[in-house]
Amino acid sequence: MSEVVKKFMYLNRKAPYGTIYAWEALEVVLIGAAFDQDVSVMFLDDGVYQLTKGQDTKAIGMKNFSPTFRTLGDYEVKKIFVDRASLEARGLTQDDLVEIAWEDFETEEEIENIVEVIDSARVGELMNESDAIFSF
Amino acid sequence: MSDTIEVDGKQYGVDEEGYLANLNDWVPGIATVMAAQDNIELTDEHWDIINFLREYYEEYQIAPAVRVLTKAVGKKLGKDKGNSKYLYSLFPYGPAKQACRFAGLPKPTGCV
Amino acid sequence: MSILHTVNKSPFERNALESCLKFATDGSALLLFEDGVYAALKGTAVEPHVSDALGRLKVYVLGPDLQARGFSAERIIEGISVVDYAGFVDLAAENGKVQAWL
Repeated sequence: MSEVVKKFMYLNRKAPYGTIYAWEALEVVLIGAAFDQDVSVMFLDDGVYQLTKGQDTKAIGMKNFSPTFRTLGDYEVKKIFVDRASLEARGLTQDDLVEIAWEDFETEEEIENIVEVIDSARVGELMNESDAIFSF
Repeated sequence: MSDTIEVDGKQYGVDEEGYLANLNDWVPGIATVMAAQDNIELTDEHWDIINFLREYYEEYQIAPAVRVLTKAVGKKLGKDKGNSKYLYSLFPYGPAKQACRFAGLPKPTGCV
Repeated sequence: MSILHTVNKSPFERNALESCLKFATDGSALLLFEDGVYAALKGTAVEPHVSDALGRLKVYVLGPDLQARGFSAERIIEGISVVDYAGFVDLAAENGKVQAWL
């Protein structure tokens, strides 16, 4: 493992199912989680649609990967951000989004929901603070 | 390596690394046969992990990477089982890789 | 002969819907499917355009694609009809011509 911890941001801007980007991004996040870096996952523009509750893909014959987002906490991904303006433009609120819990296995410290809705200015700041941004 | 495995007279498709091609084909006999090929006789302790993996997949639609498995097993089955030494003693080729294969799941995301 | 227009791209990412609404003539049918279904939802930034179009076009949305994306029929704009795959086929057959805004 490298000793220098870098800040990685995974930036998601695509809706799920219409293209393969959303699922590929999630796989990369899960694989990347093994590298013990400081990871944040950002959802903006159509990317916010990835987190909607109640997805059911049976009738379209595709894998429903919505439940997989709930494992991000298990993979030690602790920072998940959603751009508020992107939600508003789509008539959505945080109530429409899945909740992702996080628990520290050692201390049993728990956070019920790590999904945080933030203003666009904060999105920009977080991008600036990142060492690398992986864009999907 | 053949691309099918025979269990109770039925043929099941597997990929080039021996993972079951269709998750929904799985029957417990598949785990028993795969284990026998690896010279393992499945005990209740093995089944605990195999069943745990199937439940995990059912809920999250993903086969967990080994360190996530270790953590999740500890949470569910107790800390004495949530450590890699115990899991490797059951599944010497790697708890995530080998146990997932027995459980009929795809290769865990994050394993190479 | 009437045309069935189909839009399968998100209205927030591409201009497929915008162009479709510009060129579709009165009385045509419009089916929203795949990522196009997001245009059928209430309360979005594109709702006014879709509502305007409802006065002159028959608008449909594909139910299985809505369901896959986590939205029930209550979330769609009034006046838009939900159809299934068989309904999609019927629309194509009824209209004779299909213009896909890819």
